[in-house]
Amino acid sequence: MTRRWLPALLAWLVLVAAALAVIAQTRFTADLSAFLPRSPTAEQQVLVDQLSDGMVSRLLLVGIEGGDAASRAAVSRELARRLRDDPAFGSVANGEPVHRDRDRALLFDNRYLLSPAVSPQRFTVDGLQAAIGESIDLLASPLGMLTKSLLPRDPTGETLQLLERLDGGSRPAMAEGVWASRDGRRALLLAQTRAAGSDLDGQQQAIAAVRAAFADAARTRGTDELRLLLSGPGVFAVASRDTIRSEVERLALVSTALIVALLLFIYRSATALALGLLPMVSGALAGVVAVSLGFGVVHGITLGFGTTLIGEAVDYAIYLFVQSRPSGDTDDAAGADAFWPTIRLGVLTSICGFAALLLSGFPGLAQLGLYSVAGLLVAVATTRYLLPHLLPAGFAIRDVSPLGRRLQAAIGRARRLRWALAALALGAAVLLYAERDRVWNHELAALSPVPAADQALDLALRADLGAPDVRYLVVVRAADAESALRSAEAVGARLRALAGEGAIGGYESPALYLPSQASQLARRASLPEPVELARRLAAATDGLPLPAERLAPFVADVAATRGRAPLTRADLDGSSFALAADALLFEQRGGWTALLPLRAPTAGPHAHALDAARVGAALADSGALFIDMKGESDRLYSGYLHEALLLALAGVAGVVALLALALRSASRVLRVLAPLAASVVVVVAGLVLAGVALTILHLVGLLLIVAVGSNYALFFDREVGAPGPSPRTLASMLFANLTTVAGFGVLAFSSVPVLQAIGATVGPGAILALLFAAILARP
Amino acid sequence: MRRPAFVRLLCTVAATLAALAVFAAPLAAAENWTVERLMQSLGTRTSGQASFVERKYLAILDQPVLSSGELRYRAPDRLEKNTVKPRPESLVLEGDTLTVVRGDRRHVVQLSDQREVAAFVGSIRATLAGDRAALERTYALSLGGSENDWTLSLLPRDPKMAEIVLRITITGSRTQLRTIEILQADGDRSVMEIVAR
Repeated sequence: MTRRWLPALLAWLVLVAAALAVIAQTRFTADLSAFLPRSPTAEQQVLVDQLSDGMVSRLLLVGIEGGDAASRAAVSRELARRLRDDPAFGSVANGEPVHRDRDRALLFDNRYLLSPAVSPQRFTVDGLQAAIGESIDLLASPLGMLTKSLLPRDPTGETLQLLERLDGGSRPAMAEGVWASRDGRRALLLAQTRAAGSDLDGQQQAIAAVRAAFADAARTRGTDELRLLLSGPGVFAVASRDTIRSEVERLALVSTALIVALLLFIYRSATALALGLLPMVSGALAGVVAVSLGFGVVHGITLGFGTTLIGEAVDYAIYLFVQSRPSGDTDDAAGADAFWPTIRLGVLTSICGFAALLLSGFPGLAQLGLYSVAGLLVAVATTRYLLPHLLPAGFAIRDVSPLGRRLQAAIGRARRLRWALAALALGAAVLLYAERDRVWNHELAALSPVPAADQALDLALRADLGAPDVRYLVVVRAADAESALRSAEAVGARLRALAGEGAIGGYESPALYLPSQASQLARRASLPEPVELARRLAAATDGLPLPAERLAPFVADVAATRGRAPLTRADLDGSSFALAADALLFEQRGGWTALLPLRAPTAGPHAHALDAARVGAALADSGALFIDMKGESDRLYSGYLHEALLLALAGVAGVVALLALALRSASRVLRVLAPLAASVVVVVAGLVLAGVALTILHLVGLLLIVAVGSNYALFFDREVGAPGPSPRTLASMLFANLTTVAGFGVLAFSSVPVLQAIGATVGPGAILALLFAAILARP
Repeated sequence: MRRPAFVRLLCTVAATLAALAVFAAPLAAAENWTVERLMQSLGTRTSGQASFVERKYLAILDQPVLSSGELRYRAPDRLEKNTVKPRPESLVLEGDTLTVVRGDRRHVVQLSDQREVAAFVGSIRATLAGDRAALERTYALSLGGSENDWTLSLLPRDPKMAEIVLRITITGSRTQLRTIEILQADGDRSVMEIVAR
């Protein structure tokens, strides 16, 4: 130990203190944010808003199973009653007609302000005659029995107009007075949380509230045969967060334990172990700090990935320790001298690879890139500038030369395998070419950490509930609510035409529940004065079996409406329209947004898949955005994948340029790259054979194979005629490889697909890279 | 000696009972024209088609509303009522869902939500299907007449239903329905005549 260590140690201590201070302030998340674009387009912004805050993101789908239909229905009612009292829920629907009377009264009382059929023409003699004639004909139908009692007050049939417009989508089946699955074995309930979908703590509380209310409801009913099923975006998000949290903890624990055990086995010294872990801890701290400062928030996925850095950072200390010999022993001086330049080049190639990720528009990838670059830099700096000074005088780990010599002999024999390796790589390349169409997975869902069984339950509940699975959305933005509603009405007119042509099945609009003041005033203005209306009515009913004098209540209602103020949002309170209006019309980012979800037709040439091209064309100059949410999210992910491919290629190009600069020999660059290319091809072929479609994270894994593997290949690289790596270097490479494989291999067993993908790629890739580098080494 | 005499007695009684049973059977069939038997025989039909003419006498109108068209039934639960006059309308009841298409408009109604509609359509379907259980959930049944000319009366059990319908009277011959008369609580009345094809 020398005095020189003091500045280095002080610098390190300051760094650690600063790092801990930053980490104490750091926000950790495990939500969707890692997957959402940093600078979204207008369409992507809608997607992001819907995923984080939209009405669909707030839905909890509830199923009740077991017992008999009567007890399921009773518990459904009791559960709904409790949840309706809970301010955490905006609406709770289970098929009970809780809002029906209020809804009907609201529609009926305001029919002349709400009905789109109300126009000056409708109140002419001809218009009245046609409308009344139709209402009389309707009495022949069972539907007429619904409206018969309304006829004296509503002879033009506005109420039916309004009712028919509102019951658009399919509705769940009923059993014992509440919603049930089609097979009748589950009672169903739909709850909308007040907490946004992105507010995971709020979602978690809402989910806990449903569970508690169900337990109480079941206890009240005195049954323990019923089971609660829960699904929905919030349930998935909360479960994913829990999975990622527990996974990150588990992965960190397991890989640390593995590596500590491995290092203890190699070093047989507690001091060496403690010193060896120093660069790793420094690197991990630096990574978190860099991401925290760079992004303001650290994602759980980044932390999970960070555990792999444990396996990488520890390598440098291994190289250092294995090369360190007690003073006076200098038989391996040449190897020690060659050691740092090789490490430096290796670190630079790794950083080159990771730095490419920094440019990604996919925040998840950019975080991984920053974490790795910062972590590696600090780990290697700690190893280079601090660790040598901390080594006690005469520090040496046990002699690993005998193992190294055995490895040397093995490598001599391994050279014979180089043709087999060439054949393997070629075979893998041919396989990949033949299967090139199914190598990549282009769907965002591939990254979802939700288990398949849970996704299946969600699908089943959704199908039975007819829950909105909003795929196509028209979005209108305006400065204020009234302008947004007017635009929604203008778009609605075009959509009605499209529905008439069968291009779409129908649409929702906030203006159906709350027409713009302008429309309401126009309708009100088209209502004639009572005396005039009575006169026209007398003429219109001439020859009809319905004399005008029976329609006096109609004249009175019209007169009352003429003195009525237009409906406002506050008038909808207590009805189911309030929620619908709020979900479809809201203030956002300094303006108002109206959403018009579209339904696919149930029959005809565009059954179950609306004619998107025609809708796009019809809305082209309307100023409204037409968005295919599924297409948009897949396009988003495809964009990420495409971009990541480009970045990965740029990273590889950077590595090649770096090698060319350092080695100044095309054949040596090729010799370094050949084993890396072979490992990448063989790993991808292996994954494809195993039926895995590659995601963006596999691509990151491939980049890591190049970054990590280049270290091994560089150790084997040398000029013609120079001696090969020393036995000790070989031994240290084997150890370094083992720790890397341990770090990444643990990820391969993760249940989070993102982490699993990296582990399953890099784990085998690292082993192959070392093996192939040894096989292809110059004799 | 006692035992053979006892056996003989038993044999005599048994033979007498058997003879009585043989003679009594047709007699019982004629007298026991029950709801059960009507429902059983109606339930054997798997499909049917008939034309109808319906008159609705409504207090609010000076003249009855006349409509006509075609009825189709397919076991167990699909009833179609295709009205031609006064305006074309197609009505399909399947399960709990009633779909009505009038012109370019389509209405979907859940029968369990709409008692008025259920009274008019559900009772016809349940009768056609011979679904006694479904009928008896809502109505008290009474049957008169003979197999060739029967009259089935449905009286609502549920007070809420009784606020809408006073009585439904269905007449028919064997498995063929002839008329359905629905008397509403407000005094309005509808009579449907059915002619098999």
